[in-house]
Amino acid sequence: MPLLKNNALVSDTWLVLGNDDVLPATGDVIVPFARLLRDFESLSRRSGKLGVVFANVDRAETLATFLPRLSAVVLHFSAFNDGRAYSLARQLREFGYRGEIRATGNVLPDQLQFMLQVGFDAFEIGDRFPLQVWQAASKQMSLAYQRGLFRRSAESEIWTERHTDAEPWLEQPHAG
Amino acid sequence: MYRYDEFDHQFVRERTAQFRDQAERRLRGELTEDEFRPLRLMNGLYLQLHAYMLRVAIPYGTLSGRQMRQLAMIADKYDKGYGHFTTRQNIQYNWIKLEETADILGHLADVEMHAIQTSGNCIRNVTTDHWAGAAADEIADPRPVGELLRQWSSLHPEFSYLPRKFKIAVTGAPHDRAAVKVHDIGLRLHRNAEGKVGWEVIVGGGQGRTPMIGVTVRDFLPEHELIAYLEAIMRVYNLYGRRDNKYKARIKILVHELGAERFKAEVEAEYARKPQASTEVEERELARIAAYFAPPPFERLPRWSAAFEEARLAQPDFARWARNNLAAHKVDGYTIVNISLKPEGGIPGDATGDQMRLMAQLAETYSHDELRVSHAQNIVLPHVKKDDVFAVWQALDAAALATPNYGLAGDIIACPGLDYCALATARSIPVAQSISRKFADIGRQEEIGQIKINISGCINACGHHHVGHIGILGLDKKGEEFYQITLGGSSAEHSSIGTILGPGFAGHEVADAIDKILETYLKIREPGEEFIAAYRRVGPKPFKEALYAAA
Repeated sequence: MPLLKNNALVSDTWLVLGNDDVLPATGDVIVPFARLLRDFESLSRRSGKLGVVFANVDRAETLATFLPRLSAVVLHFSAFNDGRAYSLARQLREFGYRGEIRATGNVLPDQLQFMLQVGFDAFEIGDRFPLQVWQAASKQMSLAYQRGLFRRSAESEIWTERHTDAEPWLEQPHAG
Repeated sequence: MYRYDEFDHQFVRERTAQFRDQAERRLRGELTEDEFRPLRLMNGLYLQLHAYMLRVAIPYGTLSGRQMRQLAMIADKYDKGYGHFTTRQNIQYNWIKLEETADILGHLADVEMHAIQTSGNCIRNVTTDHWAGAAADEIADPRPVGELLRQWSSLHPEFSYLPRKFKIAVTGAPHDRAAVKVHDIGLRLHRNAEGKVGWEVIVGGGQGRTPMIGVTVRDFLPEHELIAYLEAIMRVYNLYGRRDNKYKARIKILVHELGAERFKAEVEAEYARKPQASTEVEERELARIAAYFAPPPFERLPRWSAAFEEARLAQPDFARWARNNLAAHKVDGYTIVNISLKPEGGIPGDATGDQMRLMAQLAETYSHDELRVSHAQNIVLPHVKKDDVFAVWQALDAAALATPNYGLAGDIIACPGLDYCALATARSIPVAQSISRKFADIGRQEEIGQIKINISGCINACGHHHVGHIGILGLDKKGEEFYQITLGGSSAEHSSIGTILGPGFAGHEVADAIDKILETYLKIREPGEEFIAAYRRVGPKPFKEALYAAA
């Protein structure tokens, strides 16, 4: 499935494994959280990159100790209006995680910008909408009132702009 | 009053353009109705029984004359010449076309208004005391915090797909006119022993099918911490609030199921974990906003107005209206004028375009260009000189806006009910009309005194029946409308949920039943005792006997 990253389609080089699928000798793999807990030692001995599928009923703090070793966290939207993953993504970023956060499942253009703002930077988007629709959707609003969001260079935080002489908030890098 | 700066303007313009695009894609069939629904709801657009309904936000219930005129224009041009003021201090239009909605949002943006988050599972329009900035008993004007919260909650990327809708109310006065204990979050300003002011944070109150009084999670939160603390509460709710059953998805259920202590611990843990950056920006933003709410230039006037007293003596109708519809202002020589939108036999909360324009003009001439919408679906002119009150009354009277029943039996709260609403199980409006006709005699209403009669057309309780001194809930029993009556509810500082009195009544029996309840009250009350106090003293028994014993 095509992956949207940095406003462009890229090929997905990750191998997504189930709990008992054979672990290949090389390559980047994404495993369920249960398998990460079970096989963390053998998984971290591999040379390829490691990612995890994290359910939105799991608690972010249970992933905290693994984050330095992870390069991708997959958060699944079973329905586009189930907003738990927005909080999880933001929590992971607040823990200092800088790897990929990938949205899968019912991902739609109208929610794309919110996802980018809380720290998602990769999206499994299917083929229902052309790339231009996604690109346009990523920048519908150029302003946000909230502080501490991930944002693109053309986006600004209203409160920060109004009070440029105040002490800066924890600056977030641009998403993607 | 708050005024948009360039950022606020641009924000609302971009949002309108975004909605125009979404509506066009829906009309072209590129979005399914399921996908479009949450998008239109977050812009206040509902699909009701007969047409689309657009709910426009009136943040913390405050309007200028210019804004009210624009609401009148929209009523005339896009609706059937009227609008409906709601229990959440908003206005809704019941006959809207999808094709015209983006244009309406554009007209709203012209006067610094919008319909953002008046619906949907997100943080709704923040409500507050309709006498804010004017009430004699106020500690501080709560509207700057209301505006801060409006901005913070607008298109919040983390909290736009919550388990369920989320309502925040704020009060800056000890007498609670904002019903903070029956909101998802209630904020109450108070003074501590050292004379400092801080915010009590109350979580998990609500009405609906499971009415609950909220619990205090922080007793004294400093103002500059409000945003960060609310983020922690919202995150706990967003992550752990139930999503398996929409009837158990409000935060009150989470608080109840976890227990107040565990819920509090979750919030405090989340708050402690948050990157504790400086709150300097929030403090400065609040100061910037507060400057807009500086009191208008009041004149130094004597407390006593000769013109007012003379008019009262000369005009008994004016005297009666003044007795019932005015409230104490914090500045000598001024008064708060409450305009009842509850004429005998009328639809509670409805106003025509012409009436809106008249109220706008009165606000511009006599009330420092300010109007308020109250959660009881009335309009307030907050700053009127006593010397001018008679002129205001004459103008109101000529426009059928001088009903002298503010706070009395005819001042009924009612949801739109089955006449409009797709969720309703029974009609509310005809019941309200029949009660107001039953109590058409204002003299009798005055004898009965302060009473809140609230009517909801379904268990969702938009008409606040749980907190009515007398609550009426319309239900459907095998295709027939019937109405349950509750007594003893209150949304004031000693909040309580009403209890069901007994078997329900058919629609045409309700007004008589209310009459019997109030007759009973008149018999048992002690001198000066209001209905709710009498009920709390004697309990339901005498009322039950009056209603059911004979049968």
